[in-house]
Amino acid sequence: MLLLTCPYCGIAAEETELAPGGAAHLTRAGPEASDAAFDAYLFLRDNPKGPHLERWRHAMGCGKWFLAARDTVTHEVYGTYPAQTREPPAEVVARIRARHPGWSWRSAG
Amino acid sequence: MTRYSAFAIAREAFRDHLGWRRAWASPEPRAAYDVVVIGAGGHGLATAYYLARNHGITDVAVLEKGWLGGGNTGRNTTIIRSNYLQDPSAAIYEKARSLYETLSQELNYNIMFSPRGVMMLAQTEHEVRGYRRTAAANALQGVETEWIGPERVKALCPIINIHGPRYPVLGALWQPRGGTARHDAVAWGYARACSRMGIHIIQNCAVTAIRSRDGVVTGVETTRGAIACRKLAIVVAGHSGVLAGMAGFRLPIESTALQALVSEPVKPCMDVVVMANTVHGYMSQSDKGEMVIGGGADGRNDYSQRGSFHHVEETVRALIETFPILSRLKMLRWWGGIVDMTGDRSPILSKTPLGNCFVNCGWGTGGFKAIPGSGWAMAELVARGEPGPLAAPFSMTRFREGRFIDESVAAGVAH
Ligand SMILES: Cc1cc2nc3c(=O)[nH]c(=O)nc-3n(C[C@H](O)[C@H](O)[C@H](O)COP(=O)(O)OP(=O)(O)OC[C@H]3O[C@@H](n4cnc5c(N)ncnc54)[C@H](O)[C@@H]3O)c2cc1C
Ligand SMILES: [Zn+2]
Repeated sequence: MLLLTCPYCGIAAEETELAPGGAAHLTRAGPEASDAAFDAYLFLRDNPKGPHLERWRHAMGCGKWFLAARDTVTHEVYGTYPAQTREPPAEVVARIRARHPGWSWRSAG
Repeated sequence: MTRYSAFAIAREAFRDHLGWRRAWASPEPRAAYDVVVIGAGGHGLATAYYLARNHGITDVAVLEKGWLGGGNTGRNTTIIRSNYLQDPSAAIYEKARSLYETLSQELNYNIMFSPRGVMMLAQTEHEVRGYRRTAAANALQGVETEWIGPERVKALCPIINIHGPRYPVLGALWQPRGGTARHDAVAWGYARACSRMGIHIIQNCAVTAIRSRDGVVTGVETTRGAIACRKLAIVVAGHSGVLAGMAGFRLPIESTALQALVSEPVKPCMDVVVMANTVHGYMSQSDKGEMVIGGGADGRNDYSQRGSFHHVEETVRALIETFPILSRLKMLRWWGGIVDMTGDRSPILSKTPLGNCFVNCGWGTGGFKAIPGSGWAMAELVARGEPGPLAAPFSMTRFREGRFIDESVAAGVAH
């Protein structure tokens, strides 16, 4: 079973303790934004085959949202970090690049 | 190519069955085609078939990275129904279901369509209201369905426990002409018919890049060399996001795993298809006697083609309450497929930001039933460059425009 360590309580939580929340680091479109920006925020997704930055909630634990870098092909977890983070931490990026040289994080959405 | 018939079987019986030929050819790819279809699942093959049959376009190649029918088309639980809520869904799914009725004759290939009846159980008050509404919508759409009470459910499917303590059966939405078909045979039948009309099916040929000039597609790079085309159809289900990335746009799609399992074969005990959406389980009995069981999709993005164990455990746990007979069965095989989920749980048949490049995807957990109708509508879109009435509502811009075709609430889980 997939294990993700909650960065708040430090518990290696089993997947059944967690609720998945989709892609992380989306740019939230506000009332002034264009239709295209709303489309990108609400619907369009990178949906990568490989490293994926995503949101999880420690639903049966502390209840807080956190972020994880997980590989959608191998389920390898490159790291978890707090949700109040604007971009993936350097050590997580380094771990991903060790597996996928040249991997770059797209912040488009 | 030999026509399959009782006479052909008899003739072959007299010559040790040495006269059977390969059902489809394996040609070397040409340098250019009029239309290239990426993905030889049911939808890609049906698209190619109707391009030839309905529009006379036979300069077509279907490129497949693995073997034809090896994706979700060969991994699904084969439920066919058209009892959806929204009008655009009813139109395309009922078109597909009605084409399935005569597909064996049309393709001269036994796809084993078995309209044994599909019932969708209502196990909460919410579902009762939802399915009554769907039955009313279906009546207006001309799709034959009926709301039935628990006694009728029990009469149609005696192995159901309608008095379950947690989820009693309160009734069901019954579609008597829904059912199942042999999934591989659907892919094989279309492939054989395509090959007979001169369409190239090229297996072990993965598309690795999409070429364009001035915003119009010009061809693809593949593991078997470059292939030019005037028009491109991307029909790759779970890999739609990957191919869209190659074409330079994004889709409102996320890929997750959906899994199924089958039991050891037992004597015939169930001659209808039952779906229990509240508990995320559905079941039918195959001609071999196996109980074919499907569950819910995982919630996280996934390309691994393996579902999570806790999901399958939930499915089986819930089904055992509704079908106590299952509790002593051994499960024989268990597998997953990567399904392409949209936010409104409806498919996309659409033009794309890249000229002459079209997508057919987003069928998610429920596109086997749609194969003939989807191929029909997609062929029209590719041939004319504009969608016909079946495809038009399913454009990828519907999300931006707020024209959702919401099947996620009323249909519960779709499959
Ligand atoms: C467990 C399970 C149960 C299901 N149960 C049902 C059901 O009961 N009823 C129902 O209606 N639907 C069901 N479905 C859904 C149904 O299987 C799919 O919607 C349908 O088969 C999709 O067909 P397709 O042709 O679009 O995709 P696929 O059959 O997946 O074909 C896509 C093809 O594209 C190929 N491809 C991908 N990338 C490339 C590339 N780069 N180059 C070349 N080729 C490529 C793949 O190899 C694949 O063969 C189920 C699905 C699953 C997984
Ligand atoms: Zn926690």
